[in-house]
Amino acid sequence: MSGAPLLEVRGLHAQYGATQVLHGIDFRVEHGGVTTLLGANGAGKTTTLRAVCGMLARTRGEITLDGRHIEALSTESIVRLGVAHVPDGRGTFAELSVDENLRLGAYTRRDKAQVAQDYERVFGYFPRLKERRRQQAGTLSGGEQQMLAVSRALMLRPRLLLLDEPSFGLAPLIVQEMFEILAGINKTEGMAMLLVEQNAALALRLAQQACLLETGRVVMAGTAAQVAGDEAVRRAYLGA
Amino acid sequence: MTAMGGMLLHQIIAGLATGGIYASVALALVMIYQATHLVNFAQGELAMFATYICWSLLQAGVPYWAAFFITAAGAFVLGVLVERLIVRLVEDAPVLAVVIVFIGLLVIFNSLAGWIFGYAIQPFPSPFPAQPPFGNAYVSSHELGSIAITLVLLAMLFVFFRFTSLGLAMRAAAQNPQSSRLVGIRVGWMLALGWGLAGAIGAVAGMMIAPTVFLEPNMMSGILLYAFAAALLGGIDSPGGAVLGGFIVGVLENIVGALLGTELKLTVALVLIVGVLVIRPAGLFGKVHVTRV
Amino acid sequence: MKLQRFLPIVLIVLACAMPFLVSNYRVFQLTMVLVYAIALLGLNMLTGFNGQISLGHGAFYAIGAYTAAVLMDRFGLPYWAVVPVAGAVCGLAGFLFGLPALRLEGLYLSLATFALGVAMPQILKYKGLEHWTGGAMGVTLTKPDPPEGLPLSQDQWLYFVVLAWLLVLFWLGANLLEGRIGRAMVAIRDQPIAARAMGVDTARVKTLTFGISALYTGIAGALGAIAVQFVSPDAFGVFLSISLLVGIVVGGLASVSGAIYGALFIQFVPSVAEQVSKSAPWAIYGLLLIVFMVLMPGGVAGVVRALLARVVDRKRRR
Repeated sequence: MSGAPLLEVRGLHAQYGATQVLHGIDFRVEHGGVTTLLGANGAGKTTTLRAVCGMLARTRGEITLDGRHIEALSTESIVRLGVAHVPDGRGTFAELSVDENLRLGAYTRRDKAQVAQDYERVFGYFPRLKERRRQQAGTLSGGEQQMLAVSRALMLRPRLLLLDEPSFGLAPLIVQEMFEILAGINKTEGMAMLLVEQNAALALRLAQQACLLETGRVVMAGTAAQVAGDEAVRRAYLGA
Repeated sequence: MTAMGGMLLHQIIAGLATGGIYASVALALVMIYQATHLVNFAQGELAMFATYICWSLLQAGVPYWAAFFITAAGAFVLGVLVERLIVRLVEDAPVLAVVIVFIGLLVIFNSLAGWIFGYAIQPFPSPFPAQPPFGNAYVSSHELGSIAITLVLLAMLFVFFRFTSLGLAMRAAAQNPQSSRLVGIRVGWMLALGWGLAGAIGAVAGMMIAPTVFLEPNMMSGILLYAFAAALLGGIDSPGGAVLGGFIVGVLENIVGALLGTELKLTVALVLIVGVLVIRPAGLFGKVHVTRV
Repeated sequence: MKLQRFLPIVLIVLACAMPFLVSNYRVFQLTMVLVYAIALLGLNMLTGFNGQISLGHGAFYAIGAYTAAVLMDRFGLPYWAVVPVAGAVCGLAGFLFGLPALRLEGLYLSLATFALGVAMPQILKYKGLEHWTGGAMGVTLTKPDPPEGLPLSQDQWLYFVVLAWLLVLFWLGANLLEGRIGRAMVAIRDQPIAARAMGVDTARVKTLTFGISALYTGIAGALGAIAVQFVSPDAFGVFLSISLLVGIVVGGLASVSGAIYGALFIQFVPSVAEQVSKSAPWAIYGLLLIVFMVLMPGGVAGVVRALLARVVDRKRRR
């Protein structure tokens, strides 16, 4: 890997109250690359994303974005540096319309012309959202809400996109669609992504780098091919 | 027009006039609710306090409209300060803590007004002419003017919330603070902004009310109750509903007063409040919130 | 352990001795402390233990006070008989208010009770009830005499009557709160959905709590009316409800002993503060409400408990 990474995490410890959840995590996301965090439920994947976003009160360790330390920054400030987070549970504004949700995604941007372009681009990826523009977000189906959540994140035109279990609760066909679109965005726009997924097979196909977490520790890291090829991983996570 | 019909019409128009007052305070309440999902018990006292500031400016010789806008701006700042310094301390606390802090604010501002400005009842000027429009016997220029100002405020708020990014961000921050942070909204300042706006609206309401009921520290207590009833009736998260609710409450109050005598007016407010909360908590135009178990 | 058992006994003995050590006026003030303590325990049950916010408990105090006054003045009932009647009337009123209250959560319930507290004086002044309530003029009562042969002044006798009521009500209350119903109350406050899932009849517990809370406060109102010898509508406005709220916040939410600390506070602090300025008591109330909520949510009782725990801890370490 050449050059400095976009996101580098070193020695990340995190706790919820008195419980230590992360015990020193290291990983990186390259510029324009996709890194995936794999692991079973409770391994600490979502906690890691939250820590990167400044959503946890008690963390230790280093988190740098393009060389700049962001451990002490608030969530809003980190977002304003170009990090968009699609949380688990989607986090859509259920009482607002699809349109308003997207407008909020672009809230921090000043470049009106490009924002308009991004609207069209997002509707290009997810035409179903364009049909439901004025509809209240809470009345969309699960798949549509996920599309909306990803779209809202894209409206930020982020440098780094964090995705927390985008496949959760979705029909397999929609999940396929979603991952194809994500792959397309990564290739054409060079958007870096940090992907947390339980569906290891899909994640390893999209990502270039992979990290396996178990009870708050990195037990394996390498390229996606390396991790996918590992016997133990195949048995435990890929059902082979 | 029969004598009965004439009297009814009179009650209705008089009710609309007082209803305009309730509508403006209700608007401030809804403002805070939209921004914070909380009901500000101290709204009346803050408005009263701001009105006293205007009064002090007028006493010092400042011309009316200058004093009016300075007071509104000052009340905005006061609202922001109250939120950032005091309300923020119980941001994540349970409802009981928040309610108690609001009551604390109510009591502090009430006694502060009494301490600084005294308890004597003061007259307060109206910017509108003393003669009623077209010499009519039902509505004074001040009442009509107050209603007009309330409606203008309402229109401005509507445009603000519907069409501006800031308004959208405020709505988002109240509904879903976590997700709001994820799109870069500084939630804390959105709350402060909400309080500031409510402070300014409350100040305007106070300055419109004082000429009618005279300025004294306890002038808002009964009105606050009616404003609550109005806001609940119209829908606690609907500015238009709150204004409509204000007018309805004003008319109801006057009609009941004509039928049962004026001493039970507050009880009417009580019955309205309990009734709305029990029968249809969302009010006429509010959104019905479904709590998922 | 021994400390905990000794302390209440010491306090009771002290309480019994007090009326003989101080002036009659002080005895009256102490009687009012006991009265407020009963009212505060009532409010605390509802708001502190059960989490139903009441900003209008002054209304129940008023109903109790007026029931006692009307029964004594208009119907000639003796003072010792009116107190339980006042309690029963308030208990019923509380239960009835608790029924629609079931549909109101936190903020909305506080709104509704606030409205009740604000509207009460007007209801009491209503011309239609004037024949009983005396309208805006209120009702005057005469202080009861101690029974034949007892060498007590009127104030001292009344003090012991109220003390007896307090001891009985506190003992019953403490038992209730520590028992099954008390735990259900707290469960409903903290985890209403889980409580229901575990079979707690939340509706019944909540309305029952409202009723009992009103009953306690009503008894306090009746005793208070007898002590003050006067009831009038303006004495029972929203500021009474706010005083009671201050009492439980300062004394300690969800704490039985807190009722006593709170009562001492709301009886003595205003009269001292008033000497500074007319507005001072309320400014202090407001400030303390905020300060306590932010810094000392456990109130004085919480602080005392923490201190005692440290004392016990130190003894054990030796």
